[in-house]
Amino acid sequence: MDPLWVIFLKAFVMSVLLLGGFAYLTWYQRRLLGRFQHRLGPNRTGPFGLLQPIADAIKMIFKQDVTPTRADKFVFILAPGISVVFALVTFGAIPAGPANSFFGLDPWILDLDIGLLYVLATTSIGVYGIFLGGWAANSKYSLLGSLRSSAQIISYELGLGLSVLSVIMIAGTLNLREIVELNVWSVSPWLWPGLIVALFAFWISATAEVSNVPFDLPEAEQELVAGYITEYSSLKFALFFMAEYVGMINASAIIATLFLGGYKGPAFFDLLIPGMSEWPFIWLILKIVLLLGVFIWLQASLMRMRYDQLMRFGWVWLFEIALGAALLTGAVIAFVL
Amino acid sequence: MSILNVAKGMGVTLSHLFKKPVTVQYPEEKAQIQARFRGRHHLLRHPDTGLEKCIGCSLCAAACPAYAIYVEAAENDPDDPTSAGERYASIYEINMLRCIFCGFCEEACPTGAVVLGHEFELADFRYDHFVYGKEDMLVGVKGSKWQRREAERKGGEVELGFQAGPRPELEGVDY
Repeated sequence: MDPLWVIFLKAFVMSVLLLGGFAYLTWYQRRLLGRFQHRLGPNRTGPFGLLQPIADAIKMIFKQDVTPTRADKFVFILAPGISVVFALVTFGAIPAGPANSFFGLDPWILDLDIGLLYVLATTSIGVYGIFLGGWAANSKYSLLGSLRSSAQIISYELGLGLSVLSVIMIAGTLNLREIVELNVWSVSPWLWPGLIVALFAFWISATAEVSNVPFDLPEAEQELVAGYITEYSSLKFALFFMAEYVGMINASAIIATLFLGGYKGPAFFDLLIPGMSEWPFIWLILKIVLLLGVFIWLQASLMRMRYDQLMRFGWVWLFEIALGAALLTGAVIAFVL
Repeated sequence: MSILNVAKGMGVTLSHLFKKPVTVQYPEEKAQIQARFRGRHHLLRHPDTGLEKCIGCSLCAAACPAYAIYVEAAENDPDDPTSAGERYASIYEINMLRCIFCGFCEEACPTGAVVLGHEFELADFRYDHFVYGKEDMLVGVKGSKWQRREAERKGGEVELGFQAGPRPELEGVDY
């Protein structure tokens, strides 16, 4: 356990890194989407366009900040804050390496026994940002957009919660670090079918949670102007996007932690350099970058679902698939092992 | 949306990820222009005698849907003719801001004097810099007004940002 001031320092550094990560995620996304479409993407600002996020940030900061006259001012300002704070806070529970591996410090901020529950809870609270933002703007487009987005995110939380059940049952703990140390795939090959289905269901739910394509209805340019962010401008607008992109990083980190070995690298790297698979940060970051690449790949490939398709898919298919995975894993644990 | 269709679609996009981008990095790389591209006008001369083809008939101005062309004709001096006909264009101006590059002037011209070339880099800073006179369009003048001013300032050659295929109507025009 680190002293309290070290924990605060780590939290501060993590926030800064995540916001930097958000900025460079936009760069990564635009470059990769460009390549998917035979384009180069932004490459003019600095080498490889690496200064593009900074230019975007400067532009965003100097935009006029409009607050609608009849908006509820306090909630209107509070909402983007809620979104971004709970997006950042979520990442605190994710371990980035074994204990004491980072120059004698623990490479995580919170080592909670209810880590997984905490992660699910904080991502859920992020919905309040969306809902309050849409409500406070006092615009029918914002309100409808926010209602729709909240309904989407709450619906897909079911799939999210049920698909992690398999992992929880196998690991027997909610502590994310212990889940990584156990490595759910190594327990028994009999559990693999359930885990694969769970991974699949979790992935789809997470895609809907972070409003990525094909579940990016919150953006809804065609029918609701821009959904819950219609009335937002300047930095408040940027904060909502920050929350969305940090949410994408969070989702990748959680998928990596629960299903893909988290901060551990492949064991055969230990043959090259002993202890390499235990190095902190690099493996988690590598996995996050790869998974973000898959999210962007989805963006390049799929189109947006209709709202009724989205709800039907969530409640009729995803819910049942996730439940099936949990039952399957439970049955294997109960009767085979 | 069946799972198979999604997988198929994602396979397609993935295969495109590894293809070479088609982007032309324009100011550094030259744009490839088709031979029939319609850009800035050229006023041609007869290649053998060097006389201007334009006879100042104003048919191009009449055909112009954007009223971008202004022509004033004058009698040729029989001893030292400017054009091959009786009259020649003493003033020939095209307003490049009004011009829509439709090529009707080229179609209307009875002598094939005005031809739309390939130059498209016509951006400039003042209104009057967009009115191109004879001295800006006669064969042998290369580049837009701004490009020529810039080349003069730097003391170099006019550099055009494109490459184009040959076109028979543009005889004598050198890119």
